[in-house]
Amino acid sequence: MTGLLVKEKEIVVPGEILAEGLEFIPSHGTYRLGDKIYSTVIGVFSPENKILKIVPINSPYLPSVGDVVIGKIADVGTTFWIIDAGIGYNVFLPLSAASRGYVDTRKTDIAKMFNVGDDVAVLIENVSSSMMVDGSMKEPGTGKLIGGKIIEVNPAKIPRIIGKKASMIQMIKEKTDCRITVGQNGKIWINGEPDKILFVVKIITKITEEAHKSGLTDKIKEILEKGDINE
Amino acid sequence: MSEIKRPDDRKFDKLRDIEIKLKVIKNARGSAMFRIGKTTAIAGVYGPKDLYPKHLQNPKKGKIRVYYDLMSFSVSERKRPGPSKRSSELDMVIRDALDSVVMLDKFPKLVVDIFIEIPEADAGTRCASICAASLALADAGIPMKDLISAVSAGKLGKVIVLDINKEEEDWKEGATDIPVAYSEALGKVLLLQLDGSISSEELTQAVKLGIKGCKEITELQKKAIKEFYK
Repeated sequence: MTGLLVKEKEIVVPGEILAEGLEFIPSHGTYRLGDKIYSTVIGVFSPENKILKIVPINSPYLPSVGDVVIGKIADVGTTFWIIDAGIGYNVFLPLSAASRGYVDTRKTDIAKMFNVGDDVAVLIENVSSSMMVDGSMKEPGTGKLIGGKIIEVNPAKIPRIIGKKASMIQMIKEKTDCRITVGQNGKIWINGEPDKILFVVKIITKITEEAHKSGLTDKIKEILEKGDINE
Repeated sequence: MSEIKRPDDRKFDKLRDIEIKLKVIKNARGSAMFRIGKTTAIAGVYGPKDLYPKHLQNPKKGKIRVYYDLMSFSVSERKRPGPSKRSSELDMVIRDALDSVVMLDKFPKLVVDIFIEIPEADAGTRCASICAASLALADAGIPMKDLISAVSAGKLGKVIVLDINKEEEDWKEGATDIPVAYSEALGKVLLLQLDGSISSEELTQAVKLGIKGCKEITELQKKAIKEFYK
């Protein structure tokens, strides 16, 4: 028997046979053994034509190019910073990727730009095969995070918090007047009025709890318009 | 195969009652409880995180560390708490079984810690530990090739039976205990130990029976996960 053996949107577990046949291509969360394709994580099966993919329910964050992550400055060197983003790998941020102008390192101490313990949002520019991670702060949305609150959520729920074309996060920002930076590593920075911050935290908790349900955007919209999470 | 009266009236190829719970430890990335008869194992998965000392890091592969602990009140006579010769051996056999299914190349340099506690022991703790650890790893979202399971097969007197409990382990006519861990997707036996004496034909029979038991447990594990996320 060849073909797909699991229906779309079904929950799969590691070691489950998803499809048989050489025409299928294993993608995220799957692997091939012989002519069968197996799952490697617990998640929702979402094939795209012949490309088999699984959206995991829970997954540790692994760095990939183009992601913005939030971390703390762990060390300051003469021309670089080391950032601990809680992902196991240190993010290396060279001075050239953090400053637009020329900085004379003999005359200035770069700790004045970012010091140990500062919270920063950094873009992952490059990940080598042995997992050396290079960061950059030249993109919008990156830089030092002053004030506000950082919360941690399950990294697998981040796409749901951002929404399709950032629809969800944009809506939350507009309705609450908060400044929000979402790190793909599961850390979210929120700044604004104190009671609004607490409100956003409650909304994000609700999104992570109901991430697998459909019609969530409408539900959140309703809560935002009411301005109160209690039903 | 001749029949035998087992202390709990099970048939020779019957497993004890199995209960599976996911997400039993809130602070762990993934956790699971696996109970088979009166043996309970709780596993918690932490990481992937930085591995120190740094010389243990491998730039090509991640690493798994297993800590097995028999709680002091889990057995009939108080067990002195802390690691022992026995527990370090079990750390190793459990780790080796898991090493072959976890995709270590996905998180080079990092380490995943698995802590296993046995609050209640009635023989077959290493098998219960493997089942719980594999469920906890899957719950944590660590990529793995298969959900693995383990069960002990054995010989009581002259009869081959599945899933020996403590009373049977102390069988007066001599008992042989053979823990078997098996991965269905890979089609491989991942753990095989032997305590006692057995002939080669009987061993083949026992391992076959063990594999059959493992397949049954894997089905239950899959069902439990699917039920949890329904």
